Amino acid sequence: MIALFDSASIILGTMTDVMPIAATIVGFQVLVIRKPLPHPGKTGVGLIYVILGIAFFLKGLEMTLFPVGELMARQLASPEFIESQAPGEPITWQSYGWVYLFGACIGFSTTLAEPSLIAVALKAEEISGGAIRAFGLRIAVAVGVAIGLLIGIFRIVTGSPLYLYIVAGYCILMVQTAFAPKLIIGLAYDSGGVTTSTVTVPLVTALGLGLASTVPGRDPLIDGFGLIAFASLFPIITVLAYAELAELLARMRKRSS
Amino acid sequence: MIRIRNQFLQNLVGSFFNIMPILVVILVFQVLVIRQPLENTVNLLGGTFLIIIGLTFFIQGLEIGLFPIGETMARAFARKGSLSWLMAFSFALGFATTIAEPALIAIADEAARIAGNGGLIDNNKGARTDYALGLRLSVALAVGLALVVGVLRIIRGWPLQHLIMGGYAGILLMTAFAPRAMIGIAYDSGGVTTSTITVPLVTALGVGLASSIKSRNPLIDGFGLIAFASLTPIIFVMAYGLIV
Repeated sequence: MIALFDSASIILGTMTDVMPIAATIVGFQVLVIRKPLPHPGKTGVGLIYVILGIAFFLKGLEMTLFPVGELMARQLASPEFIESQAPGEPITWQSYGWVYLFGACIGFSTTLAEPSLIAVALKAEEISGGAIRAFGLRIAVAVGVAIGLLIGIFRIVTGSPLYLYIVAGYCILMVQTAFAPKLIIGLAYDSGGVTTSTVTVPLVTALGLGLASTVPGRDPLIDGFGLIAFASLFPIITVLAYAELAELLARMRKRSS
Repeated sequence: MIRIRNQFLQNLVGSFFNIMPILVVILVFQVLVIRQPLENTVNLLGGTFLIIIGLTFFIQGLEIGLFPIGETMARAFARKGSLSWLMAFSFALGFATTIAEPALIAIADEAARIAGNGGLIDNNKGARTDYALGLRLSVALAVGLALVVGVLRIIRGWPLQHLIMGGYAGILLMTAFAPRAMIGIAYDSGGVTTSTITVPLVTALGVGLASSIKSRNPLIDGFGLIAFASLTPIIFVMAYGLIV
């Protein structure tokens, strides 16, 4: 009964978030375009599905992944756990091995479940006529998030300044963009923006803040943020790299035949 | 493998495989590393069930609701041929979806706390509320502008990489001058502006526009709107940190 009531309040919350979007669309549809949508009934049902879907999805996350994930992130980063792994030895950045592994795994797996990324990947597969596989794109993005979190956690543990990494990442990106096949650029940059939403952001934020408050000498306010930035920068790099690799292989094959 | 004909069942199975990896990661770490029994198994099973159902509904609704809306509107605007209305629509869409975004509200409050503690603003409730609201407004403005520039780019056929490079140059420049405490939160704000409902709509809008203009390739020109929408907020948040 309580769960049911909760679901209702989450559905209501999702609807409040949708209101400004719905108002914009309806306003422009009625006042500017002045033509009814081709299948109003079907589209309406689709919208209800979307709202219900997001509401259920969020409720499910709140019941499972968020509490468990946050608890695990805290436990793995806690000084007692780190100490228990190698008793008597001084704590260095190598002592956080399980945290790195957990961060990478959780980044990879939550990205695969990210609804926005599924949407973009489906569209890309449809538009490219199947040349870009939705699943392949999602894997490339998930690998990028995993790498991003690995480096991001290393940064929090060592306490090095964020902007150094970001500037280095941007430099790599600029070089890659100059050489990447034009077809993939828009898609690659879009997938960077969508990796971090419903599933990934709360978990990754919890991981970052948890780490920054347990690692000695770190300030959660300064060091706790920035993981999301890594998680949206590195997927662009991996997707571009994947496309560049695919093109290179195709060219080599052509040359050898 | 058995071919599943029913679209809904097919999506249901797909959703199950989509969240499988998370379950595996959690279970393996729980059993092998933390070595404590999971509490509240009933809740966990129920929640997993809800996640799968929710994802299934979302994908189903995407195909019959959100994608068609975005594409029909893009086509209608293209046929109407009024650039100013299209740009007004893009701005409104970007602004409206961002201002109500819960993740942004959370991050703006956090930023206000940082600014208060760091002495950038007076550390009282009123000043913090004003600061958070101003931050949200500037991010919403940034996303609205991003969509306007992005749509203009699709119509004019400007190469995406030049604009993105320009944007990154702007970010690097701002990073050099922005208050240190604001940098992390500025970069994070770029990632949170694009919500689950905005992304499919904006993607469909871009792809729809690019496919209804003859000389545009939907794959090259249609994508990239979201890239802009996650780039400009970074610049705007740092600018906000500088000015206020």
